[in-house]
Amino acid sequence: MQSWIPFIPESASTESSKVDALYFYLSGVTVFFTLLIAGVIILFVVRYRRRTPFEVPRPIAGSHTLETLWSVIPFVIAMSIFAWGASLYFHQFRPPNNAVEVYVVAKQWMWKFQHATGQREINELHVPVGQKVKLIMASEDVIHDFFVPAFRVKNDVVPGKYTTLWFEATKPGTYHLFCAEYCGMNHSQMVGSIVVMNPTEFNNWLSGNVNQQSAASSGQQLYQTLGCASCHGNNGEGGRGPALLGVFNSNVQLATGQTIRADEGYLRESILNPQAKIVNGFGPIMPTFQGVVNEEQNVQLIAYIKSLGTQAAGAAGAPGAQGSPKPPVREPTK
Amino acid sequence: MEEFKVPPPSKINYLNAEYGLKSWLLTRDHKRIALLYLGSISFFFMIGGIYAMLIRLELLTPHGQLLTSTTYNKVFTQHGIIMVFFFLIPSIPATLGNFLVPLMIGAKDLAFPRINLLSWYIYMLGGIVTIYALLAGGVDTGWTFYVPFSTTFSNSYVVATGLGIFISGFSSILTGLNFIVTIHTMRAPGMTWFRMPLFIWAHYATSLIMILGTPVIAITILLLAFERLAHVGIFDPALGGDPILFQHLFWFYSHPAVYIMVLPGMGVVSELIANFSRKNVFGYKFVAFSSLAIAIFGFLVWGHHLFVASQSVYAGMIFSFLSFAVAIPSAVKVFNWSATLYKGSISYETPMLYGLGFIGLFTIGGMTGLFLAALAVDVHLSDTYFVIAHFHYIMVGGTLLAYLGGLHYWWPKITGRMYPEGWGRFSALVVFIGFNLTFLPQFVLGYMGMPRRYHYYPEEFQVLHVLSTAGASILGVGLLIPAIYLLWSMRYGPIAPANPWHLPGLEWRTQSPPPTENFEQTPVVTWEAYEFAPIDEMEVVGRYGESKAEV
Amino acid sequence: MAESYATEHEVSHPGLQHHFENMDQQREASALGMWVFLVTEIMFFGGMFLAYTLYRWKYPESFEVASNHLDIWLGAVNTVVLICSSFTMALTVYCTQIGRQQLQILFLVLTMIFGVTFLGIKAVEYKQKYDDNLIPGRLIPGHPFNPSVQEEGKPADKHKLHLIPGATVRNVELFYWIYFAMTGMHALHMIIGLGIMLVLLFFSVRGRYGPEYHNPIEISGLYWHFVDIVWIFLFPLLYLLGRHIGHG
Repeated sequence: MQSWIPFIPESASTESSKVDALYFYLSGVTVFFTLLIAGVIILFVVRYRRRTPFEVPRPIAGSHTLETLWSVIPFVIAMSIFAWGASLYFHQFRPPNNAVEVYVVAKQWMWKFQHATGQREINELHVPVGQKVKLIMASEDVIHDFFVPAFRVKNDVVPGKYTTLWFEATKPGTYHLFCAEYCGMNHSQMVGSIVVMNPTEFNNWLSGNVNQQSAASSGQQLYQTLGCASCHGNNGEGGRGPALLGVFNSNVQLATGQTIRADEGYLRESILNPQAKIVNGFGPIMPTFQGVVNEEQNVQLIAYIKSLGTQAAGAAGAPGAQGSPKPPVREPTK
Repeated sequence: MEEFKVPPPSKINYLNAEYGLKSWLLTRDHKRIALLYLGSISFFFMIGGIYAMLIRLELLTPHGQLLTSTTYNKVFTQHGIIMVFFFLIPSIPATLGNFLVPLMIGAKDLAFPRINLLSWYIYMLGGIVTIYALLAGGVDTGWTFYVPFSTTFSNSYVVATGLGIFISGFSSILTGLNFIVTIHTMRAPGMTWFRMPLFIWAHYATSLIMILGTPVIAITILLLAFERLAHVGIFDPALGGDPILFQHLFWFYSHPAVYIMVLPGMGVVSELIANFSRKNVFGYKFVAFSSLAIAIFGFLVWGHHLFVASQSVYAGMIFSFLSFAVAIPSAVKVFNWSATLYKGSISYETPMLYGLGFIGLFTIGGMTGLFLAALAVDVHLSDTYFVIAHFHYIMVGGTLLAYLGGLHYWWPKITGRMYPEGWGRFSALVVFIGFNLTFLPQFVLGYMGMPRRYHYYPEEFQVLHVLSTAGASILGVGLLIPAIYLLWSMRYGPIAPANPWHLPGLEWRTQSPPPTENFEQTPVVTWEAYEFAPIDEMEVVGRYGESKAEV
Repeated sequence: MAESYATEHEVSHPGLQHHFENMDQQREASALGMWVFLVTEIMFFGGMFLAYTLYRWKYPESFEVASNHLDIWLGAVNTVVLICSSFTMALTVYCTQIGRQQLQILFLVLTMIFGVTFLGIKAVEYKQKYDDNLIPGRLIPGHPFNPSVQEEGKPADKHKLHLIPGATVRNVELFYWIYFAMTGMHALHMIIGLGIMLVLLFFSVRGRYGPEYHNPIEISGLYWHFVDIVWIFLFPLLYLLGRHIGHG
């Protein structure tokens, strides 16, 4: 699994060639300066070798011009690298809006995936060519790191929060997936593969796995069995607890007066630690589900809540006062 | 330059002024303490080296045939811990620095001799506790101790090892404190700040990092230990804590700690380059202040270890920018060293070979640091073998080479004996070749995606791993040779004159080895740093023979 | 007695160590040494201050609740006690410099009494937290963090946590860990300080310190003031920030 250039891994995502370009620039600069320094040193060492044991050369104090030159030139080069690297990084860490979402749960020592359409996989992720894929990643235990060399992407999976990562594969094939953050005994076996397929093949693959429930419908089942419905309403319309219809990505006003955007992280926290950020108008009556739902079930619940409709960020979404907890009328987008 | 007579040789020196174990264990002489350190860090280096060989042997095959995964994890963790905390950090400051700081500024001793001795005992206590932890079962968290693995999931001796590091940290603090006070208050008359050798400037900057950074790792390890023992929640996400806080605190020390390791090496190399080309260092003040700049900027860049650790994108950009900024003073040093050679009178003794090797390898190490500071490239490279190769270029190619160079350079002063020059040059060459063969392939491995701390690895990486192991074997041999001949020379080497290299530094203006109080009388400095006097033809007759002043 | 130490260039004091040229150099070195040491202490406490800042920002309500549960009066009295001890320490240094040995010993003893008083009050506070089950984690085996929470409509009980919206018991635990870590580390420094003073007292009684030689007293004073200043930061951060008047 190598590209046509020696010592460069396969390049199989829209980002990978951009990273390679910067890498080549850096390599060029490094080789140039290393050869320059080495050349100058060898030249001087040979040219000015000691010829008689008692010669003492004339001292040379230094030169402000030279000092300025060799501070400024490296600085300019460094800044060019900085700007280039930063702009790519900025792009890498802003997931696009039109990406399909895949939930990733890392645990010692395996990767679990669930597609939005329900297919589940372990240590293997199938994705189509030419489709932006956004991973929403959670860890059950320690810090892991999702690393696909062929895509030049990597991000830590940190317990206690969601991290994301996105890529768009450009070439069908099977690529390494590594855990890059040391995570204990079988760290080096927490590996898997990313299978990139043509869209038609991918659809075939998907339809061959239809007997699995979508994340949202698994979430809906959990919602019922865990008894969430008794407070949040049978279909998320609300009750003693705030309504969930259209809550995702809306702005929620908290009891403390703050307003917060109901993103994945907030929903996760509200399930595991409900007292932390209480919606204005509701009492702290929800029990914690820490230890009751694991990260995998958590993402399913969130997928269900998302399926109840999303609201563009920025819209006023403060739920009504106690007694009329129904949110302002909203059209679910799905 | 003023006439400065080397005192007539006296039979009494710091080595034979007193005899017996007690005279060593209770000594307050900085030179003897330096030797105590030299012995103990060599011991720890040997242990760390054995671990390194185990790692390289294991990685010959992709299937992990030599060790179990648990053992392999312990081996690389312990290699890191021993090498970083018990070899690299004390290496140059505690041995060469301890020996030479008072000599180079014309003081009788460090400002606090008792504290200096205490620091060695603390170091040994920390070392013993750590060795105990290793013998009891070892530790498998990686030298970075990332939570929550280290606090909740690891079944190894995390607290005992942490305690060892915690204790040894205080020896580092005390050494730094001693150097700062000594350099401020104990300089000989006439030894102004800008007459100080650059070795002293480098140690001053190092000491600043030691006193500012080490306490932070101390409290971090303490919090880690409490978290592990009592589950108080400060780093545990399950209890509301933040595991990334640990990484911030850890790297706030551990990144500057890299400069603790390399700055003294830069100091040594400044001495070597200037003295073996008989030239004053080009741009003395720039080199001096670049040490301080590195020490200060070094505290502002820790976040570049967290580019993919869910740190905010903007924080990442700031840390990236600052990391590029800290590269500049290092570049300035390299250019100045190269320019120092211009129109010099360059000789190729062993220390100079190490010094020149240092510049080359440090250039590669520094330049590859730019790859890791460049955000998008670091996303791909972090936690791969590229990182491993990069920091080994700085720590082995940099610090270790400077340490060996310095050890050879001052060996006559320390022991009063010359080392065998031919063997010295030969081993310097072997070390240089072995080192490059070990770590150049690892840059390639890293970009190809080989993650660090992998016991099993995909087979396509095997060729490069085999090359690396071959290099490590050569490097191992290259390091064994000096260990043997330096020990040999302590007894059988030719007697060294007071100033075998004909240099102007204060340390060469006293006998070899120096007397207990360093100088017969307090020296008065009337010359600039690296001000070379005309050398009398008579003085250089006979390579290591008695120089004229001593006849 | 000084004659026996006379060297060729100056009559040296018995307190002068062999590697210093004169008393001035020695005094300068020891004072600078102590200042440098205090810098390391600032960095040491700095790690905990950082943790405090982070979690205060992350969980402001829980920290407010936890802070309100601390006994502000004991904290305030302790602040006064420590300031008094710093004052008497300063007088100790002054009396040494002007050679009033009796007063020097008196003020040293007073400083120690204030120090012990502080630790005594701290112990009372710790005991209260122990009784309310506020010792975080498993710091004390068999006595886990398990405070009772004030319920709505029940008569107010100062031994119970008055949770406000947004506060959770779990995050109150974090506050208490930081509280115990910081005040505990501070108390440890006080105990070390008292140990140093015991040594100083021993030598003071034997008349070792006077206008000629007072480094040890001076630099121990610096240390004591530093420990005092740490508390001056701890008190508002832990006890005062976010406190509701009439709540505690």
